[in-house]
Amino acid sequence: MSLIDIQRISRLYQMGTETIHALRDVSLQIQRGEYLAIMGPSGSGKSTLMNILGCLDTPSGGKFILNKSDVSGMDDNALSEIRNREIGFVFQSFNLLSRSTALQNVELPMIYAGVSKGERLERAMNALVAVGLGDRVHHRPNELSGGQRQRVAVARALVNKPSILLADEPTGNLDSKTGVEILALFEELASKGNTIIVVTHEEEVAQHSRRIVRLRDGLVAADEILHKNGSATTAASHAVPPIPVAAHSGPPPVPPGAH
Amino acid sequence: MTFFAEIFEGLRISWAAIRANRMRSVLTTLGVIIGVLTVTMMATAINGLNSAFQTSISIMGADVVYVQRFGWFMDRNEWLRSRNRREITMEQVRGVERQLTTAKAISPVAMTRKDLVYQRRNGGAVQIIGTTEKQVETGGLNMSQGRFFAAAEVEGARPVCVIGDDVATRMFPQESPLGRRLQVGDRTLEVVGVVEKRGRFLGMFSLDEVVFVPVTFFFNAYEQRPDLRIDVKVGSLAGIEDTREELIGIMRKLRKTPPGAPDDFAINQQEAFVQNFSKVGGTIAALGLFVTGLSLFVGGIGIMNIMFVSVSERTKEIGIRRAIGAKRRTILLQFLIESVLLCVMGGTIALLLSAPITLLVALFLPAALSPSIILIALAVSITTGVIAGFVPAHRASQMSPVDALRTE
Repeated sequence: MSLIDIQRISRLYQMGTETIHALRDVSLQIQRGEYLAIMGPSGSGKSTLMNILGCLDTPSGGKFILNKSDVSGMDDNALSEIRNREIGFVFQSFNLLSRSTALQNVELPMIYAGVSKGERLERAMNALVAVGLGDRVHHRPNELSGGQRQRVAVARALVNKPSILLADEPTGNLDSKTGVEILALFEELASKGNTIIVVTHEEEVAQHSRRIVRLRDGLVAADEILHKNGSATTAASHAVPPIPVAAHSGPPPVPPGAH
Repeated sequence: MTFFAEIFEGLRISWAAIRANRMRSVLTTLGVIIGVLTVTMMATAINGLNSAFQTSISIMGADVVYVQRFGWFMDRNEWLRSRNRREITMEQVRGVERQLTTAKAISPVAMTRKDLVYQRRNGGAVQIIGTTEKQVETGGLNMSQGRFFAAAEVEGARPVCVIGDDVATRMFPQESPLGRRLQVGDRTLEVVGVVEKRGRFLGMFSLDEVVFVPVTFFFNAYEQRPDLRIDVKVGSLAGIEDTREELIGIMRKLRKTPPGAPDDFAINQQEAFVQNFSKVGGTIAALGLFVTGLSLFVGGIGIMNIMFVSVSERTKEIGIRRAIGAKRRTILLQFLIESVLLCVMGGTIALLLSAPITLLVALFLPAALSPSIILIALAVSITTGVIAGFVPAHRASQMSPVDALRTE
């Protein structure tokens, strides 16, 4: 069974008298261990999809099954617990608490999970060492570089051993060299079996993943599996006819069955 | 996450937030400090007055009634109607002594003021009370030295006196007053006893600035036919009503009050004093607490205001915490704790300030800072914090995580 099973979800926003269909009809299955990028121009609905995937928001219609439990009908309390246990967020602007040290930031998810003080410290230290910040644990965010801050964010996202690492433009605020380092960290995490979903509008970032889901106007426009040799195939399970990927700056589309 | 851990985490966050905005926190807390300080001072004053009153009543004895020409609490009209009443005479006192069956002790009291002189020491004017040996019982007197004058000395109108504690220390600082010859007005009397210290009535006038003389001597030496007060010790609080009824009957007969006419005398008792006092005191207390409560209210508004600022400043932080797994309750609690912490800090500072102020006030008025007031002040601070912080904290907890994360 899929780790994430999204069935025909939609999301409407009421803007005055106007109804905006941020997501019209999206279905998506994601397996455990996948490294996936969600792409699309602004207004395509990718932020809305990310918010729903991250249980920060609930769909207006359809079903969202995460790790065998139906999330779409849960109340706020239950969603908070799901976010705490199942999801690790990495944001474009890092979103660390500025008055807390790196260690305290990484401890935070465990505080909400009710982990004891001793275990908290140990796990937070290990998580920071794992992202290469073992010597920076008592620094506050403003004493760290952008890349280091994002590493703290990754450590915080992973410390509760979530099912999904959900990254929203993780390299958007970083210079290209640091961005590559963070993407390398993602590769490493993916190779260790973590499920990673990156939401981005940068083709370059998306190319690091193994699968790209392209959204347009609240619908899935394309769903491609990337192969090591740089070619891509449309995912077989997908029902919507693919839109030519040539519109994007990525590699040329290859018709299914070419391999 | 356990409730206790949530509170602990909330305290840690709040303390950090308060420290990060030191100036703002201090200014905001000032409102609460003033509020709690005024409420505490008011409560202390009310408390002090109450306890002073209670001790004053118990000094004089709660089961004593006083038959007098005028009532203690009369309005203008009553005054006008009763100003022609005849004095209460010694004959009437004797009559009451003979006829009253339900009392433990009866004594007349005649009062005047005379100068005291001992050798070359001039003691100024003090209250002179002419009475009988029964005053020991009706006045609840205890002797610290010597004895009260005896029935025979009253009978013979002997020039003896019993002095109050203040008079004793003032007139005879170096020696025992017993057997000394004290000049009271233009007569010289022998001191036979000293009454134990009784304190101040309502903390104001001293009950120890007094000289007791035999009432018969009082008639001979000072005033021949003074207006007397009859002190009647009932013996029990329950018996007061019966004694009162009996006294009215006897006094009307003795004073030949025409049937149907209103009493031309008054029977005063301390209960009336208590009632009157608690009525006035209650009004003052309510008014005072209302006014001081207003200042606390203003302080609370300040806290609410700053909490709104704090919430909107930290919207992003709320979003981050919610994304990481904080529940609505956790956010609510976090901001409530911050507001309560501000108020309790204010309350504590206010208490620290009120301690020396109370000591200062106690020099002039009965005032005491009791543990119950400390507890009340802290409870008031916490309540203010909860009430002032609730709306901002609730608003923070109801923010959608998506919107909160989007703010910069």
